Amino acid sequence: MARDRYRALGRMNFESPYVDMPHRLTVRQNLRVFGRLYGVAGLEKRIEALAADLALEPFLDRPAGSLSAGQKTRVALAKALINDPELLLLDEPTASLDPDTADWVRGRLEAFRRARGATILLASHNMAEVERLCGRVLMLKQGRIVDDGSPDALIARYGRSSLEEVFLDVARAPAGEEA
Amino acid sequence: MTVLTAEIAFSPTRVGALVMRYLYLMRSSWPRLAELVYWPAVQMLTWGFLQTYIRAQAGASGVGGAMAVAGGTLIGSLLLWDTLFRCQLGFSVSFMEEMWSRNIANLLISPLRPIEFAAALMAMSLIRMAIGLVPVTMMAFWFFGFNLWGLGLALVGFFLNLVLTSWAIGLAVSGLVLRNGLGAEGLAWSVLFFVMPFACVYYPVAALPAWLQTIAWCLPPTYVFEGLRAAVVGRQLRADLMLEALAINVGLMALGAAAFLALLGSARKAGALLSMGE
Repeated sequence: MARDRYRALGRMNFESPYVDMPHRLTVRQNLRVFGRLYGVAGLEKRIEALAADLALEPFLDRPAGSLSAGQKTRVALAKALINDPELLLLDEPTASLDPDTADWVRGRLEAFRRARGATILLASHNMAEVERLCGRVLMLKQGRIVDDGSPDALIARYGRSSLEEVFLDVARAPAGEEA
Repeated sequence: MTVLTAEIAFSPTRVGALVMRYLYLMRSSWPRLAELVYWPAVQMLTWGFLQTYIRAQAGASGVGGAMAVAGGTLIGSLLLWDTLFRCQLGFSVSFMEEMWSRNIANLLISPLRPIEFAAALMAMSLIRMAIGLVPVTMMAFWFFGFNLWGLGLALVGFFLNLVLTSWAIGLAVSGLVLRNGLGAEGLAWSVLFFVMPFACVYYPVAALPAWLQTIAWCLPPTYVFEGLRAAVVGRQLRADLMLEALAINVGLMALGAAAFLALLGSARKAGALLSMGE
């Protein structure tokens, strides 16, 4: 990865609510810029397809800064999918979204993963989201990995009924005394 | 299925994409465009009238000589200083737009290479400088009869050296902002003014104390402003000065690029790219 950094970067993408797209550019302009950065062929068609898929058409020519949080998330997702990545990095992809929009985003991510066969690496504090989207979970505490397994395996290991309860056990256990 | 054509080598397409991003931004905001011309025009008028006044006084009082010569180079010095300053500002402000819009992580996780990022910033520094200064050089001719373009070949040497210095400083300042966050953004506006007294913009190097002259000759702009005085006053093309400045500029560019890459690497390791702020 360190040696072939730029070869790898073209095959992955990233989305985070803590990173914005240029506010004064329209959604279409932003997608054009990122499409060209990623060397996407047939870019205008790709933008139209993403706009249809992620319901961006009503605001495709509006400045990105004028959009609601939910609309911004969809635009950020379009940017993250513009190069049809094999690896998608997501940082709290549904933070600050209403439950309906968050559920819609999770549905889109599941559909993308199925269709593309892509890997999604997701950082989240929303354990329901992690249970739904993830096949393998790394539990981190103070920057260290303290546990690792599938959602079902972790739930069984901690004798709990949900990943949310596992999270609380890990978070509240004294350092070094996780299961 | 979308076909990816991303290359790993230097890509003019990616440079063009980033330039397009800045042009979209410029087009969307007329105050941004107006500001590019506003300050150079105000400065040129102020210094132009001062030059006219000094020349008139020198003539009326019979002082002539040195005073008239000093006055005669004011507009030229100002326009070349603004070339340096606006070019560096064009580089740094374009970079800062990414910080202000919290877009820097999106760029640095894309296949955009640092050299392509820098190339786009260099292109924007030239575009912004041209938008700001070309109309002002024409105003200088109409209002005060000063024709910067009439310097001919000497102007090419001045321009090349000032642009290289501005890029070297722009690279180093951008690296510092990447590593230290927007708390360091003031450097973009102030760093050149620290250099200004030693670069002898409006007076000859001989006006400095001997020990400061040594420092002055380490700065490429000093050679340019000495060259300007030689061209305007003595009608001389000092190619030797331009070549010496170029040699120092090559070293400065290498230092600027090394600083940018080292500070970018350090920011990446420290995880600073996702937490950009004051």
